[in-house]
Amino acid sequence: MTQMQRTVLAAEAPLLQVRDLTKRYGARIGCADVSFDLWPGEVLGIVGESGSGKSTLLSCLAGHLAPDEGQVIFATASGPKDTVQMDEPERRRLSRTDWAFVHQNPRDGLRMGVTAGGNVGERLMAVGARHYGAIRDTATDWLGRVEIDASRIDDRPSAFSGGMQQRLQIARNLVTGPRLVFMDEPTGGLDVSVQARLLDLLRGLVREMGLSAIIVTHDLAVVRLLADRLMVMKSGRVVEQGLTDQVLDDPQHAYTQLLVSSVLQV
Amino acid sequence: MTEQAYNFAYLDEQTKRMIRRAILKGVAVPGYQVPFASREMPMPYGWGTGGVQVTAACLTPEDRLKVIDQGADDTTNAVSIRSFFRRTAGVAVTEATAEATLIQTRHRIPEHPLTEDQILVYQVPIPEPLRFLEPREPETRKMHSLEEYGLMHVKLYEDIARHGAIATSYDYPVKVEDRYVMDPSPIPKFDNPKLSDCPALQLFGAGREQRIYALPPYTRVVSLDFDDHPFDPSKADHDCDLCGSGDSYLDEVITDDAGSRMFVCSDTDFCRSRRAAGHIGRLGTPVGDAA
Repeated sequence: MTQMQRTVLAAEAPLLQVRDLTKRYGARIGCADVSFDLWPGEVLGIVGESGSGKSTLLSCLAGHLAPDEGQVIFATASGPKDTVQMDEPERRRLSRTDWAFVHQNPRDGLRMGVTAGGNVGERLMAVGARHYGAIRDTATDWLGRVEIDASRIDDRPSAFSGGMQQRLQIARNLVTGPRLVFMDEPTGGLDVSVQARLLDLLRGLVREMGLSAIIVTHDLAVVRLLADRLMVMKSGRVVEQGLTDQVLDDPQHAYTQLLVSSVLQV
Repeated sequence: MTEQAYNFAYLDEQTKRMIRRAILKGVAVPGYQVPFASREMPMPYGWGTGGVQVTAACLTPEDRLKVIDQGADDTTNAVSIRSFFRRTAGVAVTEATAEATLIQTRHRIPEHPLTEDQILVYQVPIPEPLRFLEPREPETRKMHSLEEYGLMHVKLYEDIARHGAIATSYDYPVKVEDRYVMDPSPIPKFDNPKLSDCPALQLFGAGREQRIYALPPYTRVVSLDFDDHPFDPSKADHDCDLCGSGDSYLDEVITDDAGSRMFVCSDTDFCRSRRAAGHIGRLGTPVGDAA
């Protein structure tokens, strides 16, 4: 997608509008009063330390957790709709067509007893594909796009390395051409060279497919590479947000300054 | 004769009422698994406790009962259930498919076409077709209620990827009236086409799993498949060695330790009536001459 097309898309309306999203666990808060807009083609990074509420926020956005207050308005094909109020069949349909969720641990997002081809094909079959040959061709194509050799199509993910499992999970999620991808620490648990390749791949796919993405991570290098915009969370609240380079190079909030200065410089 | 210590057909009337309510709900929503309060029966789980309870709830004193196990009338399971109802209900029993009004079956549908006056009761070990793909019960219920059946095709996909064809040969998943995906109990897939548009009422009982489901007469039942790998109701490529039938489902029987084998109809009543009508297969003898 060219820069111009992206600008045109961005000119329409936000893909996702989040308003005052709050989730409490009893008396404690998971996340509180989170509001932001996500525009088509934009990648938003959410950073913060462990327990700052980033994963809770992501689960609320993706419909895995029911928030206590607030709205998550998604621009569906038939106009903007609040996914919190949406009935479950509709939300689940969204989550296997327009949305995708990449888990930190590929074991959570893959079916370990099913071959790589079956894993990629599941979403296709879930939306009605019934031609084996066509499903297999698409699966082969997608394995190629995430740099997995086509000869591994009939192997189970348990025979794959960690990095391959993560790439397979990404292929499985992107095969139906979603518009919004939620990623929870997509590079967690991978060694640095595999991380770098995965980030390269993700960046390529996001640009090529014009995806919007929300990436939760504690790794500032990941957001520096991938994210257009950044949100910094602490104790369940957003303490700072802005363009990625701006936030990382000129942090305003004390916590962000701490976070940025905590990164080891090699 | 009926043993006086028991109510008619063993179960008490309130229990039968509860089971009938589940059956009626099952008939109203074809293919939907209705939970019911399964009772302890005087036989082990896996021997047809679900089927027996459904049969008990449907039996009337005028009924004529037939029980088959893998198509045979004379195997342990069939014999013991038949004598159970003869003793506790005092109903007439038969081995002839056409004469029976109620047929309890384990893993086969009789070859003889069924009629509107008959009820076919299946013994079901695991009623949930999605069970081995999704172990969580709340999740499978949700998948049924939201019609999310993509996973079922993943199973068939895996079959083709590994074996080159859909290797599932029994327990082959079906879709009922374009709505519920149903486990037809472990009948061979050869029998699947007989489920559809059947004039008889078909009831499925799973005792351990406490589920009843049903196919009302003339319900449309479609076996799941892929466009380029269509459903194939296969059977052994032989004729029956006793009656010569070329279109019935066959069992392979090893006859010695030198590798000889014979193929015989799994439906014993069908095979016997064909032989009585004069059909003789490769190894068959005319009825009456048999050793």
